[in-house]
Amino acid sequence: MTDTVAWRGWLLDPAPASRRQARLGRWYRAWMAFRRNGLAMTGLGVVLARVFMALVAPLVADPGTANLQVLEDRLQPWSAAHWFGTDELGRDILVRLLFGARITLTIVALVSLIVVPVGLGIGLPAGYFGGWIDAVLMRITDIFLSFPRLVLALAFAAALGPGIENAVIAISLTTWPPYARLARAETLTRRRAEFIEAAELQGASHLRIILTQIVPLCLPSVIIRLTLDMAGIILTAAGLGFLGLGAQPPAAEWGAMVSSGRQVLLDQWWVSTIPGVAIFVTSLGFNLLGDGLRDVADSRSA
Amino acid sequence: MISLDNVSVSYGSGARQINAVRDVSLSVSEGEAFGLVGESGSGKSTVLRAIAGLIPHARGRVVLNGQEMQKHRTKAERKTVQMVFQDPYGSLHPNQTVDQTLSMPVAIHGLGNPDRRVAAALREVGLGREHRYRYPHQLSGGQRQRVAIARALILEPRILLLDEPTSALDVSVQAEILTLLARLRRDHRLTALMVSHDLAVIAHLCERIAVMAHGAVIETTTADALASGKVTHAYTRQLLRSNRGFDRSGAEIVDVVS
Amino acid sequence: MSEAPLLKVRNLRVTYPGDEGDFVAVRGISFALGRERLGIVGESGSGKSTTGRAIMGLVGEPGRVEADEMRLGETDLLRLDERGFRGLRGKRVAMILQDPKYSLDPVMTVGHQIAETHRCHFQSNAKVARAAALEMLAAVHIRDPERVYALYPHQVSGGMGQRVMIAMMLIAGPDLLIADEPTSALDVTVQHQVLAIMDDLVRRRGMGLILISHNLHLVSAFCDRVLVMYAGRVVETCAASRLAEARHPYTRGLLASLPELGRRRTELPQLQRDPAWAMEAS
Repeated sequence: MTDTVAWRGWLLDPAPASRRQARLGRWYRAWMAFRRNGLAMTGLGVVLARVFMALVAPLVADPGTANLQVLEDRLQPWSAAHWFGTDELGRDILVRLLFGARITLTIVALVSLIVVPVGLGIGLPAGYFGGWIDAVLMRITDIFLSFPRLVLALAFAAALGPGIENAVIAISLTTWPPYARLARAETLTRRRAEFIEAAELQGASHLRIILTQIVPLCLPSVIIRLTLDMAGIILTAAGLGFLGLGAQPPAAEWGAMVSSGRQVLLDQWWVSTIPGVAIFVTSLGFNLLGDGLRDVADSRSA
Repeated sequence: MISLDNVSVSYGSGARQINAVRDVSLSVSEGEAFGLVGESGSGKSTVLRAIAGLIPHARGRVVLNGQEMQKHRTKAERKTVQMVFQDPYGSLHPNQTVDQTLSMPVAIHGLGNPDRRVAAALREVGLGREHRYRYPHQLSGGQRQRVAIARALILEPRILLLDEPTSALDVSVQAEILTLLARLRRDHRLTALMVSHDLAVIAHLCERIAVMAHGAVIETTTADALASGKVTHAYTRQLLRSNRGFDRSGAEIVDVVS
Repeated sequence: MSEAPLLKVRNLRVTYPGDEGDFVAVRGISFALGRERLGIVGESGSGKSTTGRAIMGLVGEPGRVEADEMRLGETDLLRLDERGFRGLRGKRVAMILQDPKYSLDPVMTVGHQIAETHRCHFQSNAKVARAAALEMLAAVHIRDPERVYALYPHQVSGGMGQRVMIAMMLIAGPDLLIADEPTSALDVTVQHQVLAIMDDLVRRRGMGLILISHNLHLVSAFCDRVLVMYAGRVVETCAASRLAEARHPYTRGLLASLPELGRRRTELPQLQRDPAWAMEAS
């Protein structure tokens, strides 16, 4: 007990003695503010639960079980053997749900890793340098913005063939433009700040200013936007899966699961509905998390 | 040390052009403290920024320490002149600790021994080890301004520009900062150019003072002359009068047009 | 003061609960105000602005306002809820803030904003409200009221913006005006003009005025009485004309540390803060 109190005291120390202490103290204060928001904590809980599911999947069940077809047991409602019932090919839905979490989170993670650097890489220089650089980069952004996500994804699937990697590429290509705009807007706001002028005065190169001064300011809003967008990304991935363009059967992707249960929707409703609920809850979780993060960020910048 | 020759700065073009600074020429000798006083819109801060090299499109000649400054300054030229900004809240990066803010100029110019230099800079401005790893929002206005001064001096410049360094601070803190600036100027034999709208503050620190209005220098005088009221231009006289304080009986209300 | 005071405050406390403990912005201050001008002087953190806001009922959640007594005329301010305060604001007590850039609505013309205030309090129709607004604009010595009526806030200078604020705040005829740093964002020459207008109107209408500022000299020149606040407490009360004879070391220290044009001193005396000041009884 005294250990936690000591830790807390160290983190909240008004006179930190090292960079690490100062930085950790800052994160801790932000966490304290975040913790107060019940909905945000719920969102965080949901997201963590999904990550847990994804990690735990291979431990709970043999990967083969996800695709184990036991045709005699098809379309069973929940029972002791199959907690969420079975689908039209006799596969256990719960196990497929767990493995589906892996696929969903993989897609989300890959898209994030592509979208954030690309968005920052285009939006930041546009806002910082202005002039023709801004015009050119923003017109490129506008071109990509004009593509509806699903249509572009379909085009890619047609061109490259279906599969998760291509789904990720397609989703990323249509998701990055708003981040570029966001990064540009943040940069424009801060561009004339006095601390930027001070950095120029000291002889800092443009690259140094962008990387050390501006990126840390843009990153919070970009990350918050990303968590709020997760819902959309998940739904798009599910949509692609539903259309047969994302993960291919027999992979247990939530969207594909919803699709394959369509025929039996009226009688064995759980086959489509349960993965649908999973999609909904996960999206909502990310949304709440993003809202909570934004509240914390707003209060700190106020 | 500082020599301005017909410096002009304008923004925009055509009918909507704003001439912030019009053909300003002045010179400051080494070790001198020169003041620029004027109301808002007089162009005084713009002149300062032009000297600092923050306005590449400024016209005219700026000669610092014998070297004529080009549009884009080299790192070595940057080392010569540093500035303390007006807003202690805006001139420090909100996500960087004091240590990071002070270490950056050292790293940019490759001065070596960053740890020792940062500690020495903090000591000089009267801050202690307990302030070193704080973020700006954990410091008071006066403390932030001290950090800004430390940052300006850590590169050992010859010229220190001061843009209303105390106008955003409390009265008692203002006195501390002004005293600190006077001492540092003496100790480092700096040439200082200070901008303010407050005549008393300028006269406290500077010997020679130029009065600006509408982008041009109206009159150049000395602190002593101001104190005794021996000024020539009517605008300067008006400034002096306003500086004396509000006079309930004598206030004459003027209709305002814009 | 032979008549009942316009505003009576006794033992006002404003507390803001926070993560790391409660912050008490105002700690038990008391004063009474008649139809006179009271200046409240202090540095940042002294609680002077919070006092003004507490009187107007503008201390937002989670701040708490407590007092033994807080009365505007006959109205008990402690018992008012938000609706009660809304009926009060503008009609009986008005507040002028520092920067008209931020306190005027940027998407409405200034004249319209003044007229709207009139309509709000008197339920007048558009024509009457407009006429009243134009009259107020003339009362604050704006030369061409018709033209200025149609301007937007970004098109007026700071000094004119403050005149517009004054017009807007006084149109409903309040008894008390609270001015929180009304001239700090203005140039010196303009400051005096705005103060002169406030002086003129307050005198003619027999209003009470509370001027909150960090500028000692300004307050002492403009007001009848001065309260000096430090760390949420009142450390000195005196007649404005006698400020130079102030007794509290904080006030004396503040006066001494101001640079003066006539006196060239090599070092400005530094204010040594005594922690005992924060704990004295007001």
